Amino acid sequence: MHPAPSVIWFTTLSGLGFGLLFWLGLGYPVVTGWAAFAFFTIGYLLAVGGLLASTFHLGHPERALRAFTQWHTSWLSREAWLAVSALVVMAVYGAGLVFFDNRINGLGWLGAAFSLGTVGTTSMIYAQLKTVPRWHHWSTPVMFMTTALAGGALLAGQSRFALSLLAIAGTALLGHWMAGDRQFGASGTTLNTATGLPGQVRSFAPPHTGSNYLLREFVYVVGRKHAGRLRMLALVLGFGVPILCLVLPFNHWLAAVAVLSHIAGIATGRWLFFAQAEHVVGLYYGKR
Amino acid sequence: MTQLPETTTRKLGLVIDLDTCVGCHACVISCKGWNTENYGAPLSDTDPYGADPSGTFLNRVHSYEVTPETGPAQLVHFPKSCLHCDDAPCVTVCPTGASYKRADDGIVLVNESACIGCGLCAWACPYGAREMDPVEKVMKKCTLCVDRIYNENLPEVDRVPACVRTCPSGARHFGDFADPDSHVSRLSAERGGMDLMPEMGTRPVNKYLPPRPRDVGGDIDILAPFLTPVTDGPKGFLGWLDRALSTLPGGN
Repeated sequence: MHPAPSVIWFTTLSGLGFGLLFWLGLGYPVVTGWAAFAFFTIGYLLAVGGLLASTFHLGHPERALRAFTQWHTSWLSREAWLAVSALVVMAVYGAGLVFFDNRINGLGWLGAAFSLGTVGTTSMIYAQLKTVPRWHHWSTPVMFMTTALAGGALLAGQSRFALSLLAIAGTALLGHWMAGDRQFGASGTTLNTATGLPGQVRSFAPPHTGSNYLLREFVYVVGRKHAGRLRMLALVLGFGVPILCLVLPFNHWLAAVAVLSHIAGIATGRWLFFAQAEHVVGLYYGKR
Repeated sequence: MTQLPETTTRKLGLVIDLDTCVGCHACVISCKGWNTENYGAPLSDTDPYGADPSGTFLNRVHSYEVTPETGPAQLVHFPKSCLHCDDAPCVTVCPTGASYKRADDGIVLVNESACIGCGLCAWACPYGAREMDPVEKVMKKCTLCVDRIYNENLPEVDRVPACVRTCPSGARHFGDFADPDSHVSRLSAERGGMDLMPEMGTRPVNKYLPPRPRDVGGDIDILAPFLTPVTDGPKGFLGWLDRALSTLPGGN
């Protein structure tokens, strides 16, 4: 799949932002006044920034409001609802903390549930697709949600939770890769099932001499040869370095390094998430 | 509405005969021609006469080399367009309701004025039947020529999809699969009509007819045994040259 920068930044930053909002909603940390203002601003900048980035890959962003209509069948529509619900509930909850020194517990928990739910619906947009066997697996939502929880805990300064959650999220990412590597073979889809033709089938001539939308969007093979090294980089930057920073005695510079390294690692992982994903339509072209 | 209808009154679709298709691409051209000038946004071409031409098409013809376990390899031309699936995954993923399947005839369509161009429907389609138009930025797909098949301004013979009307080898057939006595239903039953990627659970309406088995065995000319070979080798001057050259060192 084509790794569009807009979608990589959307899933990376929004995941982190909604992860932070999740912890703020639960009251980790309990902050009020200016401290609360700073935390909520960071959470909103990341979550909303990511959502805005995602609209860049729309052909007609001016019609985006229509995306709220089909929540009964579409995970993308459900994501839109949960994202807006999370942002609205957390805004009311945050205003209570910032301006009135007042924590409305119920509202915080609701906002936390919506925030984590948003990340869950994002992951289901990918996990629902049978056409991309690597994504069509329960490890996809697990990977997205543990990553958001770990990143959120890191940003919220909850070292106690962050340490164990980073280890869990790193393991989930590793598990997603290992499961994903077997998925295409396990799907049973081959050029034989794609064409219905028996025997040994080989693409003899493509339908067109140049490239087209299908090949550009679904058959992205650039950079796959570095996949192994990039996976290592994603694990070390995303989880190894932040864990090391948390274990060392606390220092604001170290905390900044931990967060920046985590973002770089997650973005690398998300690039791989798309670049390594193979759509079954590639089979028709004798490619994967 | 992106909820799929439980059933459709009719199931309009195509039978594509892989045995008869000669791979001429006439269906590709007639499809592009009709659908650029009629229903919906035109199908754009970018850099058509330049170094990197690319275009939006609703129908494309692949060619495959099929090597059976015994016998010679065979070339199969393989036209591919929207299969108007009963369980169309492209419809249910659409966040805006722009993609829908019609309850009365089963045609899967895109309401282009409601499409936000997110591309998720093309991701959900296993067949590559949907292409995002780079100029109009909306999703394009086969409409089964919905503006021909019901068009009373056209002569009756033309009220079929453009690809079917143009096919010179009769490899494409249009009809109603809900009617077991229809031309396409009978053809599919007689010739073993196949679903593409049945494991995807899309339940395609369009059916593909497999190539008929080829004749096997060696010599099939019944007169061959009665024909004696005309000559075993060259005679006259060429015969002398052949013998003379064979005596030279290195000859055989």
